[in-house]
Amino acid sequence: MPMITYREALHHALREEMTRDERVLIFGEDVVAYGGAYGVTSGLAKDFGEKRVFDAPIAEGVIAGAAVGAAMGGLRPVAELMTINFALLAADQIINHAAKVMHMFGGQMSVPLVIRAVGGGGAQLASTHSQSLEPMFAHVPGLKVVTPATPADGKGLLKSAIRDDDPVLFIEHALLYRVRGEVPEGEHLVPLGKAAVKREGKDITLVAYSRMTLVALQAADLLSQEGIEAEVVDLRSLRPLDTETVLASVRKTHRALTVEEAWRTYGIGAEIASRIQEEAFDDLDAPIRRISGVEVPLPYAKNLEQAAIPDAQRVMKAVKELLARTGV
Amino acid sequence: MRMGGKTAAKVGQSGLDKKTLLNFLHQMLLIRKFEDKAGELYARGKIAGFLHLYNGEEAVAVGAISALEPHDLVITHYRDHGHAIARGLDAKRLMAELFGKATGVAKGHGGSMHFFDASLGFYGGWAIVGGHLPLAVGLGLASNTLRKNQVILCIFGDGGTNIGYFYESLNVAKLWNVPVVFLCENNLYGMGTALHRASAIREVYRKAAVFDIPAERVDGMDVLAMREATVKAVAHARGGGGPYFLEAMTYRFRGHSMADPILYRDKSEVEEWKQRDPIILFQQRLREEGVLTPQDLEQMERETDELVADAVKFAEESPEPPLSDLHEDIYANP
Repeated sequence: MPMITYREALHHALREEMTRDERVLIFGEDVVAYGGAYGVTSGLAKDFGEKRVFDAPIAEGVIAGAAVGAAMGGLRPVAELMTINFALLAADQIINHAAKVMHMFGGQMSVPLVIRAVGGGGAQLASTHSQSLEPMFAHVPGLKVVTPATPADGKGLLKSAIRDDDPVLFIEHALLYRVRGEVPEGEHLVPLGKAAVKREGKDITLVAYSRMTLVALQAADLLSQEGIEAEVVDLRSLRPLDTETVLASVRKTHRALTVEEAWRTYGIGAEIASRIQEEAFDDLDAPIRRISGVEVPLPYAKNLEQAAIPDAQRVMKAVKELLARTGV
Repeated sequence: MRMGGKTAAKVGQSGLDKKTLLNFLHQMLLIRKFEDKAGELYARGKIAGFLHLYNGEEAVAVGAISALEPHDLVITHYRDHGHAIARGLDAKRLMAELFGKATGVAKGHGGSMHFFDASLGFYGGWAIVGGHLPLAVGLGLASNTLRKNQVILCIFGDGGTNIGYFYESLNVAKLWNVPVVFLCENNLYGMGTALHRASAIREVYRKAAVFDIPAERVDGMDVLAMREATVKAVAHARGGGGPYFLEAMTYRFRGHSMADPILYRDKSEVEEWKQRDPIILFQQRLREEGVLTPQDLEQMERETDELVADAVKFAEESPEPPLSDLHEDIYANP
């Protein structure tokens, strides 16, 4: 399998799906000449023409809303918002419109659309350009929220999202675009709503998603050198949420630590912890712990920003504390 | 208080046959009676939620929607009963929706503000002010891309022209040259706030002109004027000319919703507008020109009364949605 970057994998997914289905089209902020704020759509307008890849003004409400309308009209739009932070300007379209069409009108019509946006911090972009807002959107029934961590999942999930008949918010992570990984060529689909065990282990389950999956894997490698074998579950989709894969892992390891970049309160970790204790309380040997982004607006200064985002050291420390509590 | 707007010439010069003209009157009467009955049933507790009645604005829906082809689309705001009836949605299923019954047009999921019938190109019933304008742009994009030759009639109120969506949508509609006819029903109030308190520009159509979208003001109490203007707008959009903007000057005779005590406008203003009741005006014109006989009118009154009575009976007798329906229709691919 070729080693390619996350950016290239996403690009391949778009290219393959546009080739496969003429109803797929791309519009959004800077997708043509600029090639997308992070370069994912580079070259697509040239190859598919500007009737299928075209720019929209910086007006997130009409970008998201036009995607809803286009989907109702029979297209399969992939709309690009520069970052998830700007999705707040489109939140009414995403939550009050896209997520409601199917239900509010009695199941007469669904809206097959994908909204791509970049999330996460770590690039010193300060508080309005560094947020992890996926829990807000994952809260909403009617939406699907996907957060790939690896190039292979990026490709496979984006292809599945485009083929899905429901509205999908597809959140890429700003620091992952240059990460390389093995990606199958051609038809490679990863189902929405299925978590993946990215590393097997017997001592503790680390539940993560998006870039924190890589942080968890890094921590697991370091812990392994100290004789601790952590299992890493990558949620991949936040809604639908694959509880079964998490539970199966916890039933094996009897301990769980969640790792998320988003804020802790009302977060994904809280949801996972709750589901584990509801379904697998008797399997637990220790309380579930959470590692989350520090609950502050992300600062610009490098040292402050780094202190706010979870890293492998924090994960390792929490794992050791959990294990010390009960012994391995 | 006449706010101007283009009126139509004589009925005889409309080029419409008697059947079509009488059908306009029939539809307007049906809307009026449907609304009066809905208001009555709301007061009796048979209908819940919000109920925004269309009384007084019938000529806008009937005239404008008559200009569409069957494959065209209508997308509208929450005061949607009149538009749905004018588009030919079944009054029985509309009333059942108001009753929250399984036989409603949205299976009882949507209620008054969310009428929808995909088979008739009636794409809602949307209740976030201005929120459906971007959808109209997307529908127009789909029409162009898939070569459907479809025109999208997008209806909203004057209150919907002060929100960002309005400007974003008009800008992109023009940029992308989509076949959307934007129809503003200017009834002079956004809920209880008068137009002049909410909009720096009182002639709403001028807001479209800045995007180089052809725009005009029409007498919304004149069904033939509404038709004439919309025929022209639709032809422009279908011919590849891009979006068109109409401002229909109209007035709602009842409150914003059934909860409205109407403290914000003078009774004299309401009475003045009622002198221009679109149904009475049109009846008079049809009679004067010999198109409508007293017998025609009597028959039409009877037919529309029966349609409304049948709708209520159907709604009353229909079952509630089963509880199992609570978890249905959230996802197409669960």
